[in-house]
Amino acid sequence: MQIEDLNAIAEKHIGSRKKIIVRTCMSAGCMSSRADAIKKNLETAVKEQGLDAEVEVRRVGCMGFCGQGPLVGIDGVKEKEILFEHIKPEDANAIIASLKGVESNLEIGDPDHPFFAKQTKIVRANGGIIDPEKIEDYIAIGGYEALHNALTEMQPAQVVEEVTKSGLRGRGGAGFPTGLKWGTVAKSPGAKKYIICNGDEGDPGAFMDRSVLESDPHLVLEGMAIAAYAVGADQGFLYVRAEYPLAISRLQIAIKQAKALGLLGAGIFETPFNFNVDIRIGAGAFVCGEETALMMSVEGKRGTPRPRPPFPAESGLFGCPTLINNVESFANITAIIKKGGDWYASIGTEKSKGTKVFALTGKINNTGLIEVPMGIPLRQIVEEMGGGAPDGRKIKSVQTGGPSGGCIPAEFLDTPVDFESLAKLGSIMGSGGMVVMDDTTNMVEIAKFYMEFCKDESCGKCIPCRAGTAQMENLLNKIIARQATQRDLAKLEELCDMVKNTSLCGLGQTAPNPVLSTLKYFRNEYEELLQPDKFGPAATATK
Amino acid sequence: MERLKIATVWLGGCAGCHMSFLDLDEFLIELAGKVDVVYSPIADVKEFPEGVDVCLIEGAVCNVDNLELLHKIRARSKVLVSFGDCAVTGNVPAMRNQFGIDNADNVLQRAYVDNAQFNPVKPTTDGIVPALLEKVQPVHEVVHVEFYLPGCPPPADRIKALMVQVLEGKTPKLEGAQLKFG
Amino acid sequence: MSARTLTIDGKQISAEKGASVLQAATEAGIKIPTLCHLEGVYDVGACRLCLVEVKGINKLLPACTTRVAEGIEVTTNSERLNKYRRMTLELLFAERNHVCAVCVANGHCELQSLAYGLGLDHVRYDYIFPRWEVDDTHRLFGMDHNRCILCTRCVRSCWHIEGAGTKNVAGRGAKSKIITDLNQKWGDSESCTECGKCVMSCPTGALFKKGSAVGESERDRTKLEFIVNAREKKQWNA
Ligand SMILES: Cc1cc2nc3c(=O)[nH]c(=O)nc-3n(C[C@H](O)[C@H](O)[C@H](O)COP(=O)(O)O)c2cc1C
Ligand code: SF4
Ligand code: SF4
Ligand code: SF4
Ligand code: SF4
Ligand code: FES
Repeated sequence: MQIEDLNAIAEKHIGSRKKIIVRTCMSAGCMSSRADAIKKNLETAVKEQGLDAEVEVRRVGCMGFCGQGPLVGIDGVKEKEILFEHIKPEDANAIIASLKGVESNLEIGDPDHPFFAKQTKIVRANGGIIDPEKIEDYIAIGGYEALHNALTEMQPAQVVEEVTKSGLRGRGGAGFPTGLKWGTVAKSPGAKKYIICNGDEGDPGAFMDRSVLESDPHLVLEGMAIAAYAVGADQGFLYVRAEYPLAISRLQIAIKQAKALGLLGAGIFETPFNFNVDIRIGAGAFVCGEETALMMSVEGKRGTPRPRPPFPAESGLFGCPTLINNVESFANITAIIKKGGDWYASIGTEKSKGTKVFALTGKINNTGLIEVPMGIPLRQIVEEMGGGAPDGRKIKSVQTGGPSGGCIPAEFLDTPVDFESLAKLGSIMGSGGMVVMDDTTNMVEIAKFYMEFCKDESCGKCIPCRAGTAQMENLLNKIIARQATQRDLAKLEELCDMVKNTSLCGLGQTAPNPVLSTLKYFRNEYEELLQPDKFGPAATATK
Repeated sequence: MERLKIATVWLGGCAGCHMSFLDLDEFLIELAGKVDVVYSPIADVKEFPEGVDVCLIEGAVCNVDNLELLHKIRARSKVLVSFGDCAVTGNVPAMRNQFGIDNADNVLQRAYVDNAQFNPVKPTTDGIVPALLEKVQPVHEVVHVEFYLPGCPPPADRIKALMVQVLEGKTPKLEGAQLKFG
Repeated sequence: MSARTLTIDGKQISAEKGASVLQAATEAGIKIPTLCHLEGVYDVGACRLCLVEVKGINKLLPACTTRVAEGIEVTTNSERLNKYRRMTLELLFAERNHVCAVCVANGHCELQSLAYGLGLDHVRYDYIFPRWEVDDTHRLFGMDHNRCILCTRCVRSCWHIEGAGTKNVAGRGAKSKIITDLNQKWGDSESCTECGKCVMSCPTGALFKKGSAVGESERDRTKLEFIVNAREKKQWNA
């Protein structure tokens, strides 16, 4: 495989395209509403209505507007795409007939809706456009060019330099500078190094990574290959949870296709660079998203975290230097290599560069996946893109960062969404879950929901997290059942501090955050539930 | 100096802590010189009096009578001491909680029916056997407790160490193995 | 051998490069509370009792897995650390069923002695009272899950000293459980060599030699008869 071959594949594929493309979302969300039947019926309708020569029905990945799904998009008829929403399999005939100008009463979406218009797509640029099971589709939009450029025109150190320049920070939650991490692994001594892509995605309600893997698997593989070249690794592992069977099967197809074309494997682009990727399937434990637990799991051991240092960059998988990044982090790489670190750094804020994908859910009119530039005010996301709370209710708070994050009250909606600003409010960027709550939501219940999640997902290795989350949940339950006193609230706060400061890994260290942030902004909701203390004279003592 | 009014009570426990108290031997005589024992299983007083200075509580809170008495004790005493492991931790009486927390009936079933050799029947007659609480609790989960005297039973020298400090009007402080559970 | 000089609790000490802070402290006669640490097996940093403060680092670090470094200033004994340690122990007591009065380890239990060492006189959290079984199927040893604190000392001894790999951890969170082989009864284990190393490792009364449990003490009535015969009939041979 050389660049000419790659271009030839692209040209041939573009040449074979038909005039009108009917794109059917076949990601997990729409698939659960029978998108496969929709696609089949669309294909039959094209045949029956004699449009074979001009119309092709294409399987695509997630278009983002999942709340309106199943979605069918049409290119080649009008200047802008036509988007059909809430489609059922029996609507197929009407959709195809509409191509010939027959009026239908199907729901048509507005492509200029702020939900779409306010997005800046880097990671999700191809989602909903290309067929994730066809490598040719990916190559036709310039896929694997960045890998070629890196391998043939750049030294590994230059690749690291470019990523550093881009200012990209890890999208897995903590926001560690990606370039710095790559540089450390590159400099770590060792003949054998590994790359791991973290696709565990355990936050409840989050599905950004799943969507990228299902919609554009090659984007992630290419990013991993570039990373491997940059740090000197020849083996990669893609860790995906077993609950994502569609993502796993599309990745398997993608790896097979890339290998067949010599884009993975030995001597990629006829250079000395070798890189293989294997998939490792996780059993769906939240803690296995934590990097040291994940590596234990890849090694076939019980997935529990271990103390750091040593960090994976020095001693990771099988004791070798290991680069571990999140799916979305890797998905940003090709664009950075193609368009340059400076271009990437021009998007976003001073300390948070580029875009971030969020899964917008909860009490909000428009739910789905959005990719927005860093620094966008929270208000634009929830009010303009999300269309506010349903039934004219008021938005009370926005939860970001999942079980490790916090609740941002409505008075701070003008906060720019970036790593520092969210942290200042006691929440975190996290991996991209964004749950909107309206004024009917009880914040103590929310805190309890996340605490219960952490308790259930605690690996059980260290005492503060294992037993502390259980006691904190118990105290929250008592408060909700109106059986708690001021003294119990004091115990809860004391445990939050202790569990945060003494737990071994990030799970325990951040488990108190939902309680702490709701206590910070909605303390009255806790206090209203407290009962007078009947404990006797020294009732105010905490002992 | 005014004589301190001391009480000792026995909730759900085995009387072992009180036996240990009697093991204070000659210190008991010294004690008798300084305090009045105004209520105790070893003094025939029916009603827990007002104005008690220090009350030693043996046993866990197991039934409605324990609960009622404990609230009365709290209201009428200045200083409560959880006396022995049953009071401090729930200890053996609380082992029944493992048979179904919040379900005292399981315990009666097990004790009076499943394990009965003769006449298996649950004691339910009102006013004779006090109803069991759903869950056995240590004293400090029910009322505020000032001091703790762990041990099963607390050895006499440990009781003495605490009492001496109380009599001297100090905030008693036990340290090291003096605090050993069990 | 290259040495590192550091300060622990204001005391200047030197330690071998690569030594843990815990080792360095122990050599200097400074005692740091531990539960999951066991001489002879590798450390896992799980119990969090040995957390110490290091000047300039805002996180608390486990002394057992933190290596000494030149010039660091370590505090092992602050009010904050001891408060966290007491809370950790309170959480352990509340988590399972510790009834010291009837426990085989009463009087020689690390959990118990740490508790009084740190001045813990009662537990402020609600006792959970979970239902855990006792596995008494092994010929020589027993396992009482009610007293297990999940320190994994037994697991590490069984794998890394004995090499049998019988003991392991199953489950997650508070439901984690020490198992033998593939979660079968200890008595049915084919890999167990009956070496007893797990029992020697256990800091609590969770693992014990049979015959030592309360209610298990054997009563040899023939002894009484022997004594009476000896006294009264001057018969010395049973
Ligand atoms: C409890 C816990 C769960 C985590 N889950 C994930 C996850 O699902 N996906 C992920 O990419 N990172 C997760 N992380 C963060 C990883 O440990 C690691 O920091 C990340 O994969 C690094 O990639 P990045 O630098 O690209 O963000 C988790 C961390 C913790 C403590
Ligand atoms: S903090 Fe929780 S998840 Fe992390 S090691 Fe400790 S018990 Fe396991
Ligand atoms: S294991 Fe230790 S703390 Fe637990 S009951 Fe036994 S002696 Fe007490
Ligand atoms: S007796 Fe020896 S082999 Fe058997 S479980 Fe214990 S440590 Fe392992
Ligand atoms: S059985 Fe003993 S050694 Fe093993 S984990 Fe439990 S407490 Fe630790
Ligand atoms: S001894 Fe260090 S964490 Fe347990």
